[in-house]
Parts: sequence; structure tokens; C-alpha cells
Amino acid sequence: MQVPARFEYERASSVPHALALLERYGPESRVIAGGHSLIPMMKLRLARPDVLIDINGLEELSFLGVEDDVLVIGALVRHAQFLADPAVGRYFPIFHDAERVIADPVVRNRGTVGGSLCQADPSEDLSAAFAAVRATAVIQGPGGVREVPIRRFHRGPYETAVEPGELLVRLRVPIRPGAASAYEKVERRAGDWPVAAAGAQLRLDGGVIAEAGIGLTAVGAEHFAAPEAEEYLAGKAPGAEAFAEAGRIAAANCAPRADQRGPAAYKRHLAGELVRRALTRAAGRAAEGTAQGAGDRTGDRRGEG
Amino acid sequence: MTAETTDTTANATDTTATDTETGATATPMGFGRMHRKEDARFIRGRGNYVDDVRLPGMLHGAILRSPHAHARILSVDASAAEAHPGVKAVITGETLAGMDLAWMPTLSGDVQAVLATDKVRFQGQEVAFVVAEDPYTARDALELIEVDYEPLEPVIDARRALDEGAPVIRDDVEGRTGNHIFDWEAGDREQTDAIFERAEVTVAQDMLYPRVHPAPLETCGAVADFDRVTGKLTVWCPTQAPHAHRTLYALVAGLPEHKIRVISPDVGGGFGGKVGIYPGYVCAIVGSIATGRPVKWMEDRSENLMSTAFARDYHMRGEIAATRDGKVLAIRVKVLADHGAFNGTAQPTKFPAGFFGVFTGSYDIRAAHCEVTGVHTNKAPGGVAYACSFRITEAVYLVERMMDVLACELDADPAELRMKNLIRPERFPYTSPTGWEYDSGDYPRALRLALDMVEYDKLRAEQAERRRDGGPLLGIGISFFTEAVGAGPRKHMDILGLGMADGAELRVHPTGKAVLRVSCQSQGQGHETTFAQIVAAELGVSPDDVEVVHGDTDQTPFGLGTYGSRSTPVSGAATAIVARKVRERARLVAAAMLEASPDDLEWSVSEAGGRWSVQGSAEHGRTIQEIAMAAHSNLELPEGVEGHLDAVTVYNPPNLTYPFGAYVCVVDVDPGTGQVKVRRFVAVDDCGVRINPMIVEGQIHGGLADGIGMALMQLMAFDEDGNHLGASFMDYLLPTSMECPSWELGETVTPSPHHPVGAKGVGESATVGSPAAVVNAVLDALRPYGVRHADMPLTPANVWSALQGTPIRTDLAVT
Amino acid sequence: MQITVTVNGQPYTGDVEPRLLLVHFLRDGLGLTGTHWGCDTSNCGACVVHVDGTPVKSCTALAVMCDGHEVTTVEGLERDGDLDAVQKGFAECHGLQCGFCTPGMMLTARWLLDRDPDPDEARIREAVSGQLCRCTGYENIVRAVRWAARHEAARAGAGTEARAGTGDGAAGGTREGTGP
Repeated sequence: MQVPARFEYERASSVPHALALLERYGPESRVIAGGHSLIPMMKLRLARPDVLIDINGLEELSFLGVEDDVLVIGALVRHAQFLADPAVGRYFPIFHDAERVIADPVVRNRGTVGGSLCQADPSEDLSAAFAAVRATAVIQGPGGVREVPIRRFHRGPYETAVEPGELLVRLRVPIRPGAASAYEKVERRAGDWPVAAAGAQLRLDGGVIAEAGIGLTAVGAEHFAAPEAEEYLAGKAPGAEAFAEAGRIAAANCAPRADQRGPAAYKRHLAGELVRRALTRAAGRAAEGTAQGAGDRTGDRRGEG
Repeated sequence: MTAETTDTTANATDTTATDTETGATATPMGFGRMHRKEDARFIRGRGNYVDDVRLPGMLHGAILRSPHAHARILSVDASAAEAHPGVKAVITGETLAGMDLAWMPTLSGDVQAVLATDKVRFQGQEVAFVVAEDPYTARDALELIEVDYEPLEPVIDARRALDEGAPVIRDDVEGRTGNHIFDWEAGDREQTDAIFERAEVTVAQDMLYPRVHPAPLETCGAVADFDRVTGKLTVWCPTQAPHAHRTLYALVAGLPEHKIRVISPDVGGGFGGKVGIYPGYVCAIVGSIATGRPVKWMEDRSENLMSTAFARDYHMRGEIAATRDGKVLAIRVKVLADHGAFNGTAQPTKFPAGFFGVFTGSYDIRAAHCEVTGVHTNKAPGGVAYACSFRITEAVYLVERMMDVLACELDADPAELRMKNLIRPERFPYTSPTGWEYDSGDYPRALRLALDMVEYDKLRAEQAERRRDGGPLLGIGISFFTEAVGAGPRKHMDILGLGMADGAELRVHPTGKAVLRVSCQSQGQGHETTFAQIVAAELGVSPDDVEVVHGDTDQTPFGLGTYGSRSTPVSGAATAIVARKVRERARLVAAAMLEASPDDLEWSVSEAGGRWSVQGSAEHGRTIQEIAMAAHSNLELPEGVEGHLDAVTVYNPPNLTYPFGAYVCVVDVDPGTGQVKVRRFVAVDDCGVRINPMIVEGQIHGGLADGIGMALMQLMAFDEDGNHLGASFMDYLLPTSMECPSWELGETVTPSPHHPVGAKGVGESATVGSPAAVVNAVLDALRPYGVRHADMPLTPANVWSALQGTPIRTDLAVT
Repeated sequence: MQITVTVNGQPYTGDVEPRLLLVHFLRDGLGLTGTHWGCDTSNCGACVVHVDGTPVKSCTALAVMCDGHEVTTVEGLERDGDLDAVQKGFAECHGLQCGFCTPGMMLTARWLLDRDPDPDEARIREAVSGQLCRCTGYENIVRAVRWAARHEAARAGAGTEARAGTGDGAAGGTREGTGP
């Protein structure tokens, strides 16, 4: 079996302790949570941290709940916990849609929301989902806490706004009354990374789209978002034609690259098709009254509850 | 005798294998659904796989592999690795060359580098071997070995391997000026060409059966223990052919064969990937000889996918000549076979293209001809692996795809077209135009059953409706396969001169409990159960009273091993024969006990067990247990009986057995994304008499999943530099529970006329037969779009691209 | 560094390298070779064990991360000589062939049944979707888990010693349709 190179191991007992350890060990240290991205990289010896700082014991980072009309997700919330949570399902079905197709149930028991975002894989599902709902990342460092809009969190493949010595501590997602959301993914096989995927959130007001959020992953969309398509939709009546056009705009503005998951033309096609489908499904949910605040649980019952 | 059943309803499958002629009797004294004896250890985590073997003082090996597909080795500096704490030895190609072990023979008469000396010829090729106190240290030391490579232009695209000026991969072979390995043909060219010239309709189609890997869940590995005092070498490795390994080690290493013991413990799946000898095994042996301590080497998953035997990689062009009303008259095929850097396929010597010659499939075709050209590329060696019955997988795929291409051309129904051309039952034994003698079959019956089970007409009506109304596409795909399994006979089939016949030994202890020793080795097939059932059926004892010993060359008679679905056809036959020998000896002893003539005795099996008794007076008899005790007692034994009931045999099969089946796959295709969902899969198999139907069905289930995998997702492509693009389970995708439907099985039973219990092999049937059904189903769905063919795997990207008229070339990097 | 891990109810204390993977701690350190490994990338699930009652892929967890936690392996499924219903189900329904994926499959099945005593086919398939089996085509694994569910329900319902019948094993061909 592949095995990691040698490293030292420290277990953080609190967020300040984790920050102190990060400061002590400097840039050659890495934070480990679920480990499902980092450990395989270490086994391939593509990652060789001198020190691992284990934050798994930090219960303060495992909070998941609604505070003042904001969904707060601790960085250490496991995918399984995120998927199972009724409030998440009620307000943001997009996360349930996405989580159900992220890796597999066993990996979801271990992997964390914060870890997925910090890995900043250009094909990460949650990056697109959080971009669609315009979340805010809360980062803590030696100087205190700062907030970064999710669409400025990812700086490029495997690069985030979390500076050396800092820790992503939670995500905040504003609950928008009347908004509904959905996530659509094409994968080669269950548990695979997406060939392409799109998330959408729609807030309707007086029969027109007051605000649209569109996230895209695996297709080279900057900041995992499709702002041109969002702008196009603002003020439009929801409908097949508008959604198809939004898809076309999103597809035109992304930059997919060919790999074994498919040629660039196919991925670009999927970007458009999946944006259209996600918008359609989100609008359908809005119409069914399963939008945020409507009170019905929309989480899929088959979620790992 | 023919019977048919399906298991589409609860408890419907209560099989039919009761035939006095074939020796079968009802469970519990023989055949039937018996729970597996093996499971008691496996469900407790008490299996004993090679990585579970732990010996005192054991060291651990790791292999340094080439990052290049083609490069000259300028130097190897292992000094830093040797100096690393915990490292006991570093072995390089140079070390091996000094022992005359740098190269080893392959199963196809070529040679393969154990550790590279001159060049590396594929990415992942073995370059150096580190032996250390623990596996982590061994891995660390690999990073300290410095190899200076001079990269060379690689040959990646098999279709360019024979180009003028292509780099010569095998310049180690004197006089070699190109990458050509062999040309092989079968059938009658003139007759075939003549029919094509006059035919009303001809169709042609290029198709690739891409390179895939069997990827058993357990990777390969070995523990080698050389005892310097006794000179005895013991090798634990998960081999499907322990005896062949022993002989080959003797030939490779020059060790006396009686001092070599190969133990194949529990094997975590093989599927053909664990037939050959890999360089790592030889390295572990050399490591043990060098250090005087046992050495374990286990490959990781990437090493497994990059270096051990791949399968398929056949670039084929098929042509069919037919009448306008759909009678197939002739078929001809040209194949370009990519064998990788070394010709290492495991197949009978006389068949350089494997059993591809059976490509006329299940159809009564007047004339046929095929040509196969083998070439080298800068890829791992192999070709025959992965439940392929020596390339029958490729042959079945070719002919089944061609039947659909013809159906497309004639605008005919694929089921009707097949029905029209299937070999009729009265034609058996049937000699094919390429010389194979099919032993038995009732093909139309199997196809009719499959079509009934799937409710074919209803599906076609739904399809027509969908096509009218738009929406997701529905596809129905059929595959009818005939297999040829159970090699030999030995005069036609051998591996490196070792004839394909299997020994068996049966010892019956005084109390009538028996120990069967067989040469083949289970990788999950349940031999400990099935073979005990064969003995039980023949001797009228409980299968629980028969212990099956296998997988240890010191404990079992010689035989060629488990692959090509040959265990039941060959070793299973040997088991029945050796049990009959015991029974006949028991007759003589019983005659002495009863003071009767042996000719006056008759054999019977009741619930109380098997017994010899005087004809017409059943109460005047002796049970097999009583006879066994008497054979060991002070009874005066008759002339010709030395004592005891033990017997040995070697079974040389008179012919292959020919299992067959009809498969129907139903898929839904999303034209907006290219995603394929397998809705249903109906599989009717006829493997002759089923010894343990439960185990047979389990093997079919597994093979059907293989078909989903190969048809839709499994792929090992290479980029232009020869980088392997499927070198982990993140990229080499295997089907999960989510892609597999609930399989719907049916069966017909046409016993093999020449097998002692009427059984045919089944281990590979579903893997051979199912890919074509899935591909045909997807392409059937795409038919309104004018798509006639696209190569496996039909990933969402490939399906969508096919819809755009530009299917992907799946053996190369997607661009 | 020194760690204490409770494995199958038994605490083990020892010195390990921080980089030691949990699967190697169990196999090489404790000799619990029932836990297998089949890939390096957490795709195959042959290495699944329970950590604090939840299935985890032990090839992608460090032993040091389990310090102070409870691990259950396949060897811990059998209690006081009684096989777990899942173990019986796998044998009854021919849910295994080579046996290599079996320990991980059974541990995930056990976890599923602990949370959902009556899972339908779809839910079982989803639960084991991160674990590869190369032999069974998953059919009899699904049947095995359904068998275990029925067996446990019968046992709980009757409150008596419901014995494992053999009537609806792999032979049953019982279609596990879309349940409740």
C-alpha cells in the first residue's frame, strides 16, 4: 500500500490552540480534519507536511444550525451531518441534492464541509453549491475573525483566501424568504467527481426573479459562479426559455478543459444543460411552496439521516 | 434432456440437475443449493490471504517503477537507499543480470524483464527492488534511488505500431526491426471472399474492445521464504495456477522443482489476472535468497493497474455477408492486437490470438475467415485476463455487435435476425467453419426464454411510443453467446509445453470420511463446496464429510489451474472420475464382504447414503462407510485390491465444453447529458448440469456486473507520452451497487455429452456475454439519431459525442 | 507517540508512528487481518471498520487520530459465540465469493441496520455504494442485508429465539422491491 512520508502530529484542543500550533510550525504544517483529500495526497507523496494539526476534536467547529436567519455551518461539520440535517433540507435543498452525490456514505461520515472547501479542488461540488447561495466564509487568524464572501474565497485551483496561520471556522448562508434551490450533477459513476455540475437558487418576487444564484463546478467557471447568467435572469419571469438562455450564457462564460471525463465541448454543453435543469428544478420547488421559510421539509428522505 | 426455469418469482429456481445418466442426485448427497463451506471463515474475518501471511523475521519489499513509457536507463544509483536505516538489500537489474535472472520467460514464449537493465518499455515497469525491515521504510527508500533515464519516443497508438520508422520497442531481441509479433489466421479465406463477392448485402464495422483490467479487489503479492539449510523455497502468492508457477519457477530460477512449494492461500479474486508470474514474485524470491529471511511484497493498487495483466485491446474490423432477408452467409474479421511491451499473454501455445477463432459465435454460418496481427506498444504486457476464456470475449463482442449492425442495415429486428441464424438444435454436435466442435445446445429455446422474461414485444412497443413522444430514450440490447471452455484436450492445448489436463486424488479414511486433492485453485468460486458435492454425489456421502484440499503444490497433484472456466470442466471431471474409481474399488471390497461376485452388485444412493448391494436384495448390502472400514481392516481382500479405497486420476478432456446464453439488457438514455441507466438485465444461461445452482447464479451475477463496467465505465487510456490515465480506482471506474440493476436470471439445461456429470464451465460466461448486450442496448436507444456504433466504454461523454456524430476514440486521451 | 485505542471492546496501548494508517495498526499491530485493503484512494471500502460506531475507511485514517476512540472490526461482529445477523445473512444468501470485500460490506450493513432496521433495496444499495465487490454483482449482498433485517425483525417481534431459516437464502430469488 502507499504510505505517507514521516510527519509530526499535534492534536488541537481549541481553536486558539490550533492557531497557536499553526503559528509555531509555520507553512510546512497542515490542518487535518476528515483527511479524505489530504491523506491520499500524502500517500502519493504529493503532499509532505512536516506537521499535521488535527482539529477533529474541536466541537466548537461542529455547530450546525440557524442563527438569526442565517444558516451557520461549522467547518468541521461532516458531510453526513450536513446531509441529514432537517433545517438544511428545509432551507437549502441544494445542499441535500449535492451531498447525496458527494463521494459515498462512508466517506461522508468522515469528510468535512470545511475540508472540502479548503481543498479547493476545481471539481468540488460544495464550492458550486455555496457559490450559488452566496455564502460567507468565516476565517479566524491570530488577529481575529474576518469574513470573506464565498465568491472571493477560492483564488484558483487548490488556492483559497485562508492565509498561512489561519483557519476556516464556519460558513454563513443567509436564509432568503421565498428562495428555492437545486443541484444537478453528471458523474461517470456513483461517487465520482463531477463531469460537470450546477447549482441554482432562485428568489421570486411578484412573479419575477428577484435574485438568481448560479454555481458551476468542474467547468472552469471563475469563483464557481455564473454572474452573467444571474444578471440576465434578474427581473425576468421564470420559464423554460429564460432558463435555457441562462444556461447558454453560463456555458459561454465558462472555460472547461478536456480530460478523461470528457471533451471540452461536452462539458460546456453540460454547463448549459445543467444550469437549465437546476433552475427549472429550483423554480419547480418554489412553485410547490417548498421554498425557504415555507415550512415543508424538502430534504430527500433517502438522505443518510 | 432440457429444462428451463427462471427465478423471476420467489423460490422459482429449484434446479433440475437430476439425471441418473450423469450421476447426479439430489441434495444433500450431491448437487443442489448448498451453503458454502468456505463462508464460515470469511464471515468471521478469518480468511487467510497472502498479505495475512506473517513469518518470523519477515522483511518487506517495494518496487521502484519507471515514470516513463519508453526510456533508456543510463544509470541506477542505489547507494543512498542502501544506506537508509532499516534497508536490508536493494536489488537492481544489474544485480539480477549477475544471477542470470534479469529476464524471465513469459507464458507466450517471449521474455520479460524482471528488473529493467537496458530500457524501460512501459510506464510502471519494474526497475529496482528494496528489501527493508518494514513496508514503510521500504517505500521511503524507493525515493532515495536515483535513476538516470534518456526518454525515447514511445509507441502508444497500436494502429501506428507497424508504421515505417516507428521506434523499435524490443531491440533486446536480436534482429528485431519493428514491433510486429505474429500473424495468425483461421478459416477459409477463398471461400469466404467468394461469398462476399456475390452477397446481396454486406456490412462492415470497425470497433475497439478497449484495454481493461480485471482489478480483483486483492492486488497481487507474494511471500517468499528460502531456507538456506534445506534449500527449500516456499512461495505464498495468490496464483490461479500454483503448479504451473512451481514448474516455471524451477525453469526461471534453476531451482530443483522438488524443493519448491507454491501455496496459493485464499485469493481475493483473480478473474485471469493472477495466472501469470509477475516480476514482483521473482524479486521477492531473490530478496529471500539474498537476505536469508522471508520477504513479503504486496503491490499497491496503482502498481496493480499499471503493471499486471490487462485484457482485450483488440482493434477489430468485422464484415458480414448476408442475403437481403437476413440469412448470414459469411463473416470475416481483421484484428490488430495490442500485446504491450512483452508478449506475455496466458493462452494455449497453439493459439497466439487465443480462442478468437470461435468468432462465428452462435450462428450457422457457411464460411468464415479471420486474421489477427499482434503488435508491441509501450504499454504493460498481458492481453488474456479478465474472465475472457482466452479471447472469446472479443469474439462474442465482435459477432454480436455485427449482428446489430446488420440488423440496422436491413432495418430488421435484432431478435428475429438472431433467431433466423442461430445454430439449430439438431445440428449438434456442430462443427464451426473454423473447426470448433460445439458439444451440445438448444439455442432458440434459450433466446425465446430470455425474450419472454423481458417481455420483448412490450418493450419494443414502449420504445416506439417514446420515440414518437420524445423524452428519455429506451434501448433494448441482445447478446447471444457461445463459450468454449475447459481446456484441453492436452494434445491440442498446452501452456509452454505443459498439457492442459488435471490430476485429482481422493483418499477415503477408514470411517468413510474423504479428502479430495485437486490442482486447481479457487479465487472465490467455492471449490471447497462444489467439488465436495461432486464426490458426495458419486459416493453417496454428505458433502460435509469431504474435505477439499487445494492451492498447495506439496499437497495436491499436478494440474494447470483455474482460468478459462476450466475448473468444473476439467478438475470437476477429474473429481467425478476419481470418485468413480473409488466406488469401483469399493465394489470389489463389498463383493468380498458379501461373498458375492462384483458383477452381481448394484450401486444405490438413498437418504441413508451410498451402498453396494446384491442385485434384487437391497438389504443385503454394505454402505460406503462400512466398505471403507473393511478396506482398512483385516478382511481378506480380493485379487486386484491392494488395500484402502484411495484413488488417483488425471483427466484429459476429450473436447471443450460449450456453455451458452441469451442476454437482454434494457437501458434508459438521457440525450441531454449522455447518461445511461441500466433498467433491467435478463440473463438466460445454459451451462449444462448445475452442481450448485446458488454458486452458478452468483458467478453469473458477478459477470453481469463486469459487463456493465466494461460497457459503460472501465477504461485504461494512455496519453501521447504513454502516461496511464486509469492508474487508480479514482480513474479506473468499477461498477458499484448503484449502476447494477437487480439481475433477472433464467436457465436452460443442456448437459455436456462428454463431461462425466454433464457440466460445462460458467465462471466467465456472463463476463463474455454481457458487454455486447449493454452496448447493443445503448446503441439501440441512439438508433433514431443515425448512430450505428461507438466504442466502449459508453461514458456520458462518449454517448453525447456519438449523438453529435463524433464518438470518442477511447484508447487515447480525450482531447 | 503513545495511543490507546479500544478495539472490539479491548483497550490497546502502544507507541506508533504518527503516519501509521489505521488499517496497518489493526492488521500489523494487532494481527486483526480480517480488515483488508484494496486501494489507496478510499474508493473500494475493503478497509471499512467502525470508529465510534460509524463506518470509516481505515486506509484513509491515521491510527493516532483514533487515540481515545473505539474501533470495531469484523472480528468484533461475533458476540459470545453468536454470529451477527448480518454475518448469517451473508452466508445464507451467498453474499460473498472471494470474501475480500465482505468484512467491510458487513460492517456498513450493520451500521445501516442499526439506524434503519427495515431498509429497502435502494437504501441498501446506497449504503454500500462506496464499497466495491468484484464477485457478486451486489445482488446477493442486497439479499443478505434484507435477510438480516427480516431475521432481526422476526427475533425482536417474536421475542423468542427465531432461528435462522434457510428458506429464503440465495435460493429464494425473492425480489426485493421498493419497500416502504
